[in-house]
Amino acid sequence: MATLKTPVGAGDHILGSENAKITLVEYGDFECPFCGRAYPIVKQVQEHFGDRLRFVFRNFPLRELHPHATEAAETAEFAGANGKFWPMHDLLFENQKRFSTKTFLALAGELGLAPEALEKALRDRTFEERVRQDFRSGVRSGVNGTPTFYINGARHDDAYDFEVLVAALEKAAGA
Amino acid sequence: MSKQAEGANAILRAGTMAPDFTLATTSGELISLQSLRGHPVILAFYPADWSPVCGDQMALYNEVLPEFQRFDAQLIGVSVDGMWCHRAFAENRHLRFPLLADFEPKGAVARMFGAYRANDGTSERALFVIDAKGMIRWSYCSPIEVNPGADGILEALEALAG
Repeated sequence: MATLKTPVGAGDHILGSENAKITLVEYGDFECPFCGRAYPIVKQVQEHFGDRLRFVFRNFPLRELHPHATEAAETAEFAGANGKFWPMHDLLFENQKRFSTKTFLALAGELGLAPEALEKALRDRTFEERVRQDFRSGVRSGVNGTPTFYINGARHDDAYDFEVLVAALEKAAGA
Repeated sequence: MSKQAEGANAILRAGTMAPDFTLATTSGELISLQSLRGHPVILAFYPADWSPVCGDQMALYNEVLPEFQRFDAQLIGVSVDGMWCHRAFAENRHLRFPLLADFEPKGAVARMFGAYRANDGTSERALFVIDAKGMIRWSYCSPIEVNPGADGILEALEALAG
């Protein structure tokens, strides 16, 4: 059974209560259509569990398959450095079909972030190492495609539709 | 994690010399295992090209190549698909490592490694890490529906590097 090798910590993007009994970690790629499909499901799951669940997103850009995935991940990290990771995470998935540098700059503007600052961060690869760290921790943890989910540290080797995820999370909560 | 396959298909285990073989790459060039001596080799048998997911096993390994290369390891993918199928697949996924066609006689190399599924006519999802001298140092057979990821390979390479 593959397990999360890098525990959830201060460097992570965490949504939900620190005291939540259940931790759901997603390794995802903003340009991956399967992650795009999982995005509203994860939202539903979060609503369903409320304070009992905390959700963590880590970057796993498949750059050979998805030409904009790395830039999208760095855009999310740029927003994160400015306190806007989750709004950008949502915007990216909601605009997945029209990815380009221009789109990323416009999304930054929508969140009140300076597009020039993002442009510079992308050009300087300011967040490259941050994204690679996520990627490497994923590889070490047995990520085997995107999205890959971990429930309380154990890889979820099953489907990720709402019912299946809820059942697996309930089981983890009861354990 | 390193549970070995039991029952019908017992794949070759750590401590066994890897049997030599020669197969064609996507360019028609022949590669023998023997010719790769001097570096660790990762031999990844998989059931078929064109699994319908992003980041299927070969696409995932393609992304992880830089991590394998830190150990100077050569990755080789093997399935029973023919050379032309491999070529289209490798181009589509931008694979930067060789895929070998275990096509004729079908599955002969998979059989040598105990990794052939006679009922399905494909190979297992079987992984072998072979050292610079040709000795299998780690092997793992994943349930056919589970992409095993790359964590086991990296741990084995790390152990090899000491």
